[in-house]
Amino acid sequence: MNVTVDWTACTGHGLCAELLPELITLDEWGYPLVQGVPVPSEAVRRARRAAADCPVLALKIRRQHS
Amino acid sequence: MTISHAAPPLHRTALPRLLPPAPADLRAHVELHGPLPSANGLVAALRDAGLSGRGGAAFPVHRKLEAVAEAGLRTGRTPVVVANGCEGEPASGKDAMLLRLAPHLVLDGLRLAAEAVGADRAGTTYLAVERGSGLRAVLESALAERGQGRGQERGQEPGQHQVTLVEVPPRFLSGESSALTGFISGRPALPRFPQPPPRERGVGGAPTLVQNVESLAQLALVARHGAAWFRAVGTPAEPGTMLCTLHDAWSGPRVMEAATGTPLRRLFGLAPQGSPQAPVQAVLVGGYHGSWLPAAALDARLSAADLGVPLGAGVLAALPADRCGLVETARVLRYLALESAGQCGPCLNGLPRIAAACTELARPEAATRRPGLLADLARWSGLVQGRGACHHPDGTVRLLRSALTVFAAEAQAHVAGFCRAADATPLLPVPAEAPQEGAA
Repeated sequence: MNVTVDWTACTGHGLCAELLPELITLDEWGYPLVQGVPVPSEAVRRARRAAADCPVLALKIRRQHS
Repeated sequence: MTISHAAPPLHRTALPRLLPPAPADLRAHVELHGPLPSANGLVAALRDAGLSGRGGAAFPVHRKLEAVAEAGLRTGRTPVVVANGCEGEPASGKDAMLLRLAPHLVLDGLRLAAEAVGADRAGTTYLAVERGSGLRAVLESALAERGQGRGQERGQEPGQHQVTLVEVPPRFLSGESSALTGFISGRPALPRFPQPPPRERGVGGAPTLVQNVESLAQLALVARHGAAWFRAVGTPAEPGTMLCTLHDAWSGPRVMEAATGTPLRRLFGLAPQGSPQAPVQAVLVGGYHGSWLPAAALDARLSAADLGVPLGAGVLAALPADRCGLVETARVLRYLALESAGQCGPCLNGLPRIAAACTELARPEAATRRPGLLADLARWSGLVQGRGACHHPDGTVRLLRSALTVFAAEAQAHVAGFCRAADATPLLPVPAEAPQEGAA
């Protein structure tokens, strides 16, 4: 699985970067910079949590090749 | 901006295919091209023809038709077809020219595409143009000629192939496919998160084929004459003709239908290399989401493979040697930043900064007083690329990066405090800016 951002929804709360620091950092305007790599197995639960907890539901978890 | 149609065909036997010398009414159209053919075998013919989309993305037309037809069968929903005549780009005039001169060829293509994907119910075919383009009257009379009156219809089923004319706001991004399907569905004409794409869920949630009007006109010719005819001109990898809008300093902007593979020098009507006529320093290929190339590109062929950059919707501009490419680019970047839909954080934050920095770079007196200008541009470019719902940030960065490469020496000159251009006349058109709240 990997994470993507619905850029039309994201308003830069930054919660995702706190929950998934190994995958997401914030740019100089506070928007997530997502590493384009699959979510490592040990981070899958936190990734789901980050997607569910995003205040505007902008973080999307997607299976690869879809 | 008035864009003329460059009448003299390049190859008298084969071209132009799409553009008649004068607007063709239905009778002239049928005389020229024959009656509407059948859509049987159309997808295979398009595959063999190798027709790619002419709206900018150059996606194979047959694959889009297949995907929409398949989505229709899978979901049990009747697909929708939208003919996209919203150029949006101020430097492009080819779609409007085509709709004025050959509306019936586009309408034939729309009808055939609708049949091919199974968009066979009332209210499933649309033709979208920009509000204020003056095309509505032309298209209404063309539709009336085909037996479609306002609110009335003829045919096997009531309204089966009735085309709904849609006028969208004249903005750069209005023609983006998800913005267009959103607008037709009753939402603002803004790009949306690309999952699911319009081919899965477009107008009213139905699988939707959005196809540029030139692609549809080309499709209508492939349906009549077949793949071999289509491939008789152009390069094997990018066959056929394409409509180009040309900008240069020696004649006004003009639309021309050219076979792919035509050397750009010939397209621009330039004398062979080495002659003193109108020295060119760079060529813009692919419009405002396109790329600057060095003048050597004039001797390359009209082909994405040969030029090494996308052809976009066919906008080409030859920048004279005495103009400043940075000034031209800064003006276009400012326009592109103002045309951001403002929905996506990186685009909303990055594009105005990029445009402002490029405006400073374009003015040597400002560029010398602004340390780190080029580093800022490089960093912000990286931050906006690939981080939006649509390709507006990506296209904008493509233009900027190509400018910083091709005009690298000029940029160094500006940072050192001088500009080498002698003529400040703008080449690339941008619309006049509406007064904005808080704008300087």
